[in-house]
Amino acid sequence: MQVLPLAVRIAHWINAVAMAVMIASGWRIYNASPLFDFVFPAWLTLGDWLGGALAWHFAAMWLLAGNFAIYLGYGWTSGHIARRLLPLRPREIWRDATLALRFRLPHDGAQYNAVQRLLYVLAGCGTGLAILSGLAIWKPVQLYTLSMMFGGYEMARRVHFLAMACIVGFIAVHLVLVAIVPRALRPMITGRAI
Amino acid sequence: MNAADHRRGLERVSRRLLLRRTLSLGALSLLTGCNLEDDDAVDRVLWAMSRWNDRVQAALFSRARMAPTYNEADITDPFPFNAYYPLEQVRRVDGDAWRLEVSGLVSERRAWTLAELAALPQVSQITRHICIEGWSAIGKWGGVPFRDFLARIGADTSARYIAFRCADDYRSSIDMATALHKQTLLALTFRDRPLSAAYGFPLKLRVPTKLGFKNPKHIVSIEVTNVYPGGFWEDYGYNWFSGS
Repeated sequence: MQVLPLAVRIAHWINAVAMAVMIASGWRIYNASPLFDFVFPAWLTLGDWLGGALAWHFAAMWLLAGNFAIYLGYGWTSGHIARRLLPLRPREIWRDATLALRFRLPHDGAQYNAVQRLLYVLAGCGTGLAILSGLAIWKPVQLYTLSMMFGGYEMARRVHFLAMACIVGFIAVHLVLVAIVPRALRPMITGRAI
Repeated sequence: MNAADHRRGLERVSRRLLLRRTLSLGALSLLTGCNLEDDDAVDRVLWAMSRWNDRVQAALFSRARMAPTYNEADITDPFPFNAYYPLEQVRRVDGDAWRLEVSGLVSERRAWTLAELAALPQVSQITRHICIEGWSAIGKWGGVPFRDFLARIGADTSARYIAFRCADDYRSSIDMATALHKQTLLALTFRDRPLSAAYGFPLKLRVPTKLGFKNPKHIVSIEVTNVYPGGFWEDYGYNWFSGS
């Protein structure tokens, strides 16, 4: 049974590459003027210096945002998002979360459980937030209204960092789960349920 | 799968994750060499994307859109110093001997003294300076609206670029649309006093619609031109337009 259409699989892997570039270059940019009392290890970053990192960031942003827009457009019109990621019901999320913590959660891939749905939707929201707050930082004058929606330039920087932290947190959980259940990776390549 | 299986699985995971991380970082580290500094294929793509971003930003730029202005109480004190050299190496320019050279596509190619610039109608504004490094600070700059100065020297405003050269060998350049923006100033003062050496005495370009490195200090020469002039950081790979 095909559960993941080709368009979604392509979008997923493009997003994976774009995210890796955005995060690694973003960490280098962060290091130029850290918001908090730490910097990211240079070997984890991309671009070698601030100018290189910015060049990567401002190139890959088109890939990330363009791919995300196409995914949203396709996912919405085809019904993929409504079918696979919705609805989000608190009671189901609570039930599946307690099951997951006891390692009793079915993970069959034919249908996402409520915790998966929640995490995927949150990852999507984090991506949207990263893109919008990123635009607010990039163009605080030309996109003044957007920038003010985040509370101005300095607040938008912090929101952008927070969005990154949410995405990185998601990726960590995502990779750990794939490593625990490697066969869960197969549908994202073949499109077929496991 | 029972809990014990999961635990065993988790142990395998940590080893596998380590390997996987090494592999993915290996792939990324092939790219970390790409930093705009040599001329490999990836660097050429990054440069091309930067030129594309110049065009997007020029299209997005509106001369009617003003940078937000602030109150005296919002001014950052002390205002940070930043340059391509440390504070001890700030150039001390002799204001009496200093001249501003004007050249290129202008009808009046002559040098200006500081007194002549100070005699022109002045305005001041409190705006946010945003550094490419990410930090920002609010300051108050006063001086001659750059578009008034361009009118006075008879600049060809259909030209594409204005190039600046500075007493500290810094260089930068901006697009004509930004040069004609109402808030772009030839700044002579900071917080109502003549610019200090650290802030660019005697003359600094204040562009609140661009990042800090597009605000050259200690300016000694202005040229109106159609030939892309680049700049100190721009030549290393900072995005040329760098609008905010």
